[in-house]
Amino acid sequence: MTATPSERVNQPIVQVRGLSKTYANGHQALKNIELDIFEGEILALLGPNGAGKTTLISTICGLVNASGGTVLVGGHDHVKQYRQSRELIGLVPQELALGAFELVEDAVTLSRGLFGKPKRPEFISELLEKLSLGDKAKSPVNRLSGGMKRRVLIAKALAHEPRVLFLDEPTAGVDVELRKDMWKVIDELRNDGVTIILTTHYIEEAEAIADRVGIISAGEILVIDDKKSLMEKLGKKQLMIELREPALTVPSSLDAYQLGLSDEGRVLTYTYDVRAERTGITQLLNDVQAAGLALKDINTSESSLEDIFVNIVKADS
Amino acid sequence: MNIEAIKAIYTVEMRRTRKTLMQSIASPVISTCLYFVVFGSAIGSRIESVGGVSYGAFIVPGLMMLSLLTQSISNASFGIFFPKFTGTVYEILSAPVSFVEVIVGYVGAAATKSLIIGTIILITASFFVDLRIAHPFWMLAFLIMTCIAFSLFGFIIGLWADNFEKLQVIPLLVITPLVFLGGTFYSIDMLPPLWQKISLFNPLLYLISGFRWSFYEVADVNVGISLMMTAGFLVTCLGVVWYMFRTGYKLKQ
Repeated sequence: MTATPSERVNQPIVQVRGLSKTYANGHQALKNIELDIFEGEILALLGPNGAGKTTLISTICGLVNASGGTVLVGGHDHVKQYRQSRELIGLVPQELALGAFELVEDAVTLSRGLFGKPKRPEFISELLEKLSLGDKAKSPVNRLSGGMKRRVLIAKALAHEPRVLFLDEPTAGVDVELRKDMWKVIDELRNDGVTIILTTHYIEEAEAIADRVGIISAGEILVIDDKKSLMEKLGKKQLMIELREPALTVPSSLDAYQLGLSDEGRVLTYTYDVRAERTGITQLLNDVQAAGLALKDINTSESSLEDIFVNIVKADS
Repeated sequence: MNIEAIKAIYTVEMRRTRKTLMQSIASPVISTCLYFVVFGSAIGSRIESVGGVSYGAFIVPGLMMLSLLTQSISNASFGIFFPKFTGTVYEILSAPVSFVEVIVGYVGAAATKSLIIGTIILITASFFVDLRIAHPFWMLAFLIMTCIAFSLFGFIIGLWADNFEKLQVIPLLVITPLVFLGGTFYSIDMLPPLWQKISLFNPLLYLISGFRWSFYEVADVNVGISLMMTAGFLVTCLGVVWYMFRTGYKLKQ
């Protein structure tokens, strides 16, 4: 596994070791989670509903008591040194939990106070401005749209200037426009130097904005890696060979390549592993020609994170 | 100590009071005036003085207690119940605050509001009857201890309640009857002997009696016992709250 630039430079800002959680009803939501989060990265935790994503975030942030294991945030134990560790963290919950009648700026000011920071109205204004909430500062939160409420929650989470921001399903149930909007916000936050951990069950979300992706299912992190190397590691590439004349069958001389024939015999498909030393493409093309098939076109496609995700979760169950 | 957090919680709670000024402040004042009109003037004019104190003046401490107890409980219970209900409690749980700081913020605000209400009732009452306060220090001591103790009690109810019905059931079905039966409008001397004995099992009798003593030096029970009962209730509530928070009762899984 190759280290990302941030890994080489930084110690992890969040270290999760052997974290487990069993709820009172016996449901084991987290099983021995090991996780390092590096400063400045965007980590996406991807998993189906009920995988344990929210429990993991809630446990790190102090909403849920762990059954076992430790969490260090900036080197501080999240239970014994909860003050130091929590000061570094901001949490944006999945639910749009906001008091009904309070004004946006009051809600954000309260958050800053709760985290022990003295008032700084000019910082709050700046923050609201940055999240395009500047003109909403004096609006009661219950008058805002869902997308705006989410931004208020982000403002609240950032009000005490945390170094790590947890976003629990920031775009669940949100239309495409708003989702792209949220991605932009997240990208800007990262540029400001905030480390971001987000959970999602949208693969395209992880693919679009994350540096690293962890796949979590049934309380376990099945794989976690740099997004690119995850795709390389697990990704299959397909080579599509379009033929000038349709072939009725795949010539027996090409059996070894296990080719697929589609589009009424017009397209040969070769699946290969990008990690392999020899992909066999040169040989294949030679053999195709030798078999007397004339090529019209060739193209390749990479498997998406979705394919990888489905494969891993399937293999695990 | 996270002073900023205490200030933040306290400010938000007091802001809620200001925003709901009518129901927070005006309603206890109005209901107190009604009690004076009905019990003090209409019925009280036919009752001779109780222990040398005119009936109108006699009921003032009891009326104050009635409002203080119900207001302390409802303010403090609503204060913590509402964040649980809307889900905003996540922020308090994830913030670097200790349980003590959370309690000081919420209970402090609820108790402050009760103190304000108590003072307003006292001022309102002074327009109706001739008030005298024999022991101002003890009057304040009883007043403050009661506000804090019952705000704590309300906080416990707010933590325990997981629906609006539970939030209301104790104030309505337990506290209100106990206040009425605890000598708000009468001295237990006026009751038949059996009911006098039964009344002694009512903890609120001791609060009301002690508070009234601080005004007129007239009491149903020894003032020392009243003081001990009040302090005991305060300590019990503190213990329960401490236990609830330590175990994450109904807040954390």
